[in-house]
Amino acid sequence: MKNALDQFDKAFENRLRLQIMSVLVANESYDFNALKDLLQATDGNLASHLKALEKEAYITVNKTFIGRKPNTQYFASETGRNAFKKHLQALENLIKQQKS
Amino acid sequence: MFYFVTQSSFKMEEKDAYAELSSIRQLMERSAKFISLSGLSGVLAGIYALAGAFLAYTIVYGNSRSLDYRDNYVNDADVLPQLFLIAVVVLVLSLGTGIYLTIRQAKKKGERFWNPVSKRLVTNMAIPLITGGLLLLIFIIRGQFDFVASACLIFYGLSLIAASQFTFTDVKWLGCGEIVLGLLAAAFPGYGLIFWVFGFGLLHILYGTIMHFKYNQ
Repeated sequence: MKNALDQFDKAFENRLRLQIMSVLVANESYDFNALKDLLQATDGNLASHLKALEKEAYITVNKTFIGRKPNTQYFASETGRNAFKKHLQALENLIKQQKS
Repeated sequence: MFYFVTQSSFKMEEKDAYAELSSIRQLMERSAKFISLSGLSGVLAGIYALAGAFLAYTIVYGNSRSLDYRDNYVNDADVLPQLFLIAVVVLVLSLGTGIYLTIRQAKKKGERFWNPVSKRLVTNMAIPLITGGLLLLIFIIRGQFDFVASACLIFYGLSLIAASQFTFTDVKWLGCGEIVLGLLAAAFPGYGLIFWVFGFGLLHILYGTIMHFKYNQ
């Protein structure tokens, strides 16, 4: 059990962060407002967790403007994808360990 | 006592892991697929297509009995604009109801109508559809009507397959059906209207009914 827990990614301890990562892994890119709608998060909360993921280099950010409105696109990086996979694997291992 | 505490947190962990994994899977699915497409709009599009085909048939073949010569031919100067008008009306009506019912469905499901997924769906669908539309225009302008029905069906089928990545996979089967009918229409020129009725009318009604009962209820 200890091994499985060790594999858990600290960056994904927060639920919203893990959710953000799930969306970005499943999609080529997602913009801020769409993420906000989908995850029903507040601006501040979402922004701070996106920042945290960016700091880990798990996601990349592309800021553009559509007219005057800022349009920020988020992408999962290779590092982020691998970390996400590892985290899921750890969850699955945990379940397997419980069964055996 | 300590043992008991760790034991219970251990149990929680397992339950959490299950819940976490399934909620992640759900979220990945939900974020990448647009699931508010309305089955009913498929049925209605099919009905419009049947009505359009019937109108087109009466214009081209008139009310003459089968042994008489036809009243008109497709390439007659006054028939062509009428057929074109019918096709455009059917298309606009189908698109209009489709969009309206989809917006309504999205509202019901609490999904945004215009989100990254529906954007991708529309752009992926638009490329083969516009290509096909331009090709049809070129065919019509050059007076070549042999492959009009066939090209309609084939390009529509291709656009459905392109769109199916971003919505229910059932859409892919509808697309395959349209392509097969389109190829058959090319193999049997002169029966275009029949394949048109099958592809745009009956297949849509069948697909829409299945979708409605499978997802909308």
